Amino acid sequence: MELRDQPIELQKFRIRLGIGVIFILVLFSILYVRFYYLQITQQDHYSTLAEVNRISILPLVPNRGLIFDRHGKVLAQNYSAYALEITPSKVPDIESTLDELAAFIEITPTDRQRFMKLIKESRRFKSLPIRNRLNETEIATFATNRYRFPGVEIKSRVFRQYPEKELVSHVVGYISRINDKDLDFLELNNELNNYRGSQHIGKIGIEQSYEKQLHGITGFEEVETDAAGRSIRVLSRTLPISGNNLILSLDFGLQEAVEKAFGDRRGALVALDPNNGEILAFVSKPGYDNNLFIGGIDHENWNMLNNSIDRPLNNRALRGVYPPGSTFKPFMALAALELGKRTPEYSMADPGFFSLPGVKHRFRDWKPGGHGRVNLHKSLVVSCDTFYYSLGNDLGIDNMHNFIGQFGLGKKTGIDVENEVSGLLPSSAWKMAQHKQKWYAGDTISAAIGQGYNLTTPLQLAFATMMIANGGKAYAPRFVKQIQNSKTGEITNIPENLLYTANFKPKNLEVIRNALIDVTRPGGTAAKAGANALYTFAGKTGTSQVVRIKQGERYNEKLIDERHRDHAMFIAYAPAESPKIALAVLVENTGTGGSTAAPIARQVFDYYLLGNTPKAEDDSLDDNTEEHDHSH
Amino acid sequence: MNSKKLTQNKIDIRKIWYYFTRHIDGFLLTFILVLMSVGLMVLYSASGGNIGKVNNQAINIVVALILMWVIANTSMQQIKRIALPIYLIGLALLIGVALFGEIYNGARRWLNIGITRIQPSELMKIAIPLMMAWYFDKYEITLRFRDYIGATLLLIIPVLLILKQPDLGTALLIAASGFYVLFFAGLSWRIIIGLIALGAASLPILWGMMHDYQRQRVMTLLDPTQDPLGAGYHIIQSSIAIGSGGIAGKGWQNGTQTQLDFLPEQSTDFIFAVFSEEFGLIGNTLLLLLYLIIIGRCIVITANASSQFSRLIAGSITLTFFTYIFVNMGMVSGILPVVGVPLPLISYGGTSMVTMLIGFGILMSIHTHPKFIRT
Repeated sequence: MELRDQPIELQKFRIRLGIGVIFILVLFSILYVRFYYLQITQQDHYSTLAEVNRISILPLVPNRGLIFDRHGKVLAQNYSAYALEITPSKVPDIESTLDELAAFIEITPTDRQRFMKLIKESRRFKSLPIRNRLNETEIATFATNRYRFPGVEIKSRVFRQYPEKELVSHVVGYISRINDKDLDFLELNNELNNYRGSQHIGKIGIEQSYEKQLHGITGFEEVETDAAGRSIRVLSRTLPISGNNLILSLDFGLQEAVEKAFGDRRGALVALDPNNGEILAFVSKPGYDNNLFIGGIDHENWNMLNNSIDRPLNNRALRGVYPPGSTFKPFMALAALELGKRTPEYSMADPGFFSLPGVKHRFRDWKPGGHGRVNLHKSLVVSCDTFYYSLGNDLGIDNMHNFIGQFGLGKKTGIDVENEVSGLLPSSAWKMAQHKQKWYAGDTISAAIGQGYNLTTPLQLAFATMMIANGGKAYAPRFVKQIQNSKTGEITNIPENLLYTANFKPKNLEVIRNALIDVTRPGGTAAKAGANALYTFAGKTGTSQVVRIKQGERYNEKLIDERHRDHAMFIAYAPAESPKIALAVLVENTGTGGSTAAPIARQVFDYYLLGNTPKAEDDSLDDNTEEHDHSH
Repeated sequence: MNSKKLTQNKIDIRKIWYYFTRHIDGFLLTFILVLMSVGLMVLYSASGGNIGKVNNQAINIVVALILMWVIANTSMQQIKRIALPIYLIGLALLIGVALFGEIYNGARRWLNIGITRIQPSELMKIAIPLMMAWYFDKYEITLRFRDYIGATLLLIIPVLLILKQPDLGTALLIAASGFYVLFFAGLSWRIIIGLIALGAASLPILWGMMHDYQRQRVMTLLDPTQDPLGAGYHIIQSSIAIGSGGIAGKGWQNGTQTQLDFLPEQSTDFIFAVFSEEFGLIGNTLLLLLYLIIIGRCIVITANASSQFSRLIAGSITLTFFTYIFVNMGMVSGILPVVGVPLPLISYGGTSMVTMLIGFGILMSIHTHPKFIRT
């Protein structure tokens, strides 16, 4: 071991520091020599390269992939047209240039406003569109006056178009101009180069979620340009590769049928193929014209859409959460059988209300006086509340949460578009974490008939219905069925995605299914909607409460503000013996499931299974045996 | 009475000002601020007049300056105490990245810790010199050969982890910062020369271990025209930008290479090409001088540092700062391969700004806290 001497060590350190200084000076000198070489010795060479024969790399933008429905109907397409574009850096006074241009090309105040907004968001050297889709006369008159407008050019561009607008806006979504946030995202994913010439990017819906497939690969053209930046000749060219086409599982005819069946009412419908999770129809009413967003939406239209009381931009099927109401009962009933809390033979007397032991509060059935003797089968057919109050009390919330969770309620379904919400299937742990409160027995009672804290999306309800229909197979719902390679035309099938299989005893499932068939037969809550059906039609009605009814009050539809009326719900599948379609439908503020929601399901099935096009909106079906369950 | 009160107020303000600035090295801060201003000006031009980007960078600068102030007001004894914990946290995070890191651009560099994503290799840029200095300081009196081996291990393990991400640029820079500590701690010349020889000999092995894109960068450096659309594009375009700038440059916001978007990554790693094109050799000369002044001041602080710990840290920070400048300018002017290294105090980006100013904060702390004399 050697002991070190402090002063000598310091001396040594300073010598090394001196060596460091020499190291720095030498390397900086090397850099300086390099700068001198580039900027003095080679200046002429590089100036020539920069100024005279500049080689520019111009991006060649790929065509965006098209979107079709399952039968080849076009849902998103491209067209090319001439656009008038201005490069702000080359135009000294934009306002006066616009005024002069307006003499022979129509420029509306809306165009102007949008253009000024674009300038603020873009680089000064970028060419920006002021008018799209010029007509022949406009092109001709501009061509003769072109010399007066340096920096203004007519360019051929490819535009996106959604021919079916409102009908599929909540499925297809839209593309819009790339903004700073998109740029950050592209940079993070190292895709900035691939978007060099692109002006648009998918913002929502399939256009957003399948951006990678749809966009394609940007090509490059190496051109020699003169001092003014005009290209003299093309040196080499790498052609762009168009984006891939998407073939959806969506059936546009069915989508139209749903639209017709809804008429002007608000709501949502999701229909799945229970054999593979394909989405056959996906409607959120009202829709909106997604074409408005492509070039950047103007103020007027934006305010109209955004402030509308009907909230057309809200995707109710994917993001709307509603208490499932009585559509929750089949799942409760299966839980009772599977967990051994009830047998099919068990029956109870329904006095028209339920009370917890030692508590006065009465949880009332929707039917005053009750349904008499009720077994599990009847409880579903007539939608008896009391049966489920007592069942909920016996099961307990955590058993309910764990068992019904298998149906995907309160969870994201794994659909192939972004922004899905998870809803809520309450549990005691959830309430403790969220509200710092313990779970009360009373909470379970309202949860047992699908009210209380329960919140589900129409998509989740369709997913859960699919699992009843197919015997427990949880297929991830998906829009895109096939992807067509734009270059080879080759079609790749996307296989179904079986997330898991829930293990239910077939004989228990059979009990539930038989009851659901009887729901649509005489005596059931959806009897009218099921009348004379040419196939076996299984379903369950429900009512989703919007405002709470106080103890001792009765729900009176006529006295309540229209927007506070209950939502009608219905879940169904058909044909019951070998289901081809499973759906959930929600009609906002129209009261009960049997009278408004179930007839829509019937029309959808008639179209899908028999090919019958629905008549216009039909309100004549009114079922007087219908439940009004508002005692909760 | 009124005037008396006024003078008292004045004194108070002076006192506050004194306490606020007593750990700040005015000379160093002045030149740092000058360079930052140059950076903002170049950024404005490089981003095509995008004031939003300049604002973002200004926020980065303010955050970094606050951190610098906090560090400058922390004594070296306190910094020494956190050297080991910071190093261990950094190492744990790096292992976390290797196991659960998120992949961007084909490299596993980010770790999602719930609230935000972090890049632990950035933390190691400070943690490694601190740790190695702490280690040498601890064994200062009884320094033996095996202590150098121990210190080298402290360096090699994180460097290998970063190399595996893969992030060659950061790994090399961190290795350099650790090597500088070894160098100032008195690593014998025979070993240094031996290491250099070993390094040269292992180049073919390193070549074999490199990823394709890394190899391509080296090949491109040797002949940029071989791949004008891919990796060579950066070097060709930045050489044209610098060369066409000439003696006096094309003037602020007038660089055609920059404004017509020929330059890649012009606000981050290649911002020096923008500066060079618009301000020419005269601008480059002034820029190098500004950097030299800052480095000079750092050398003075290093030479006067009182403890072994302070000396090693200060020496390593100074030389690492220089290395960033050299590697960035060398890469942009085409004498070094393209590795992602920002130009200190000028390139757009918050992370490198913060790392740099933490370094300067440590130097200020060394210089302004009472010297601790060991007897």
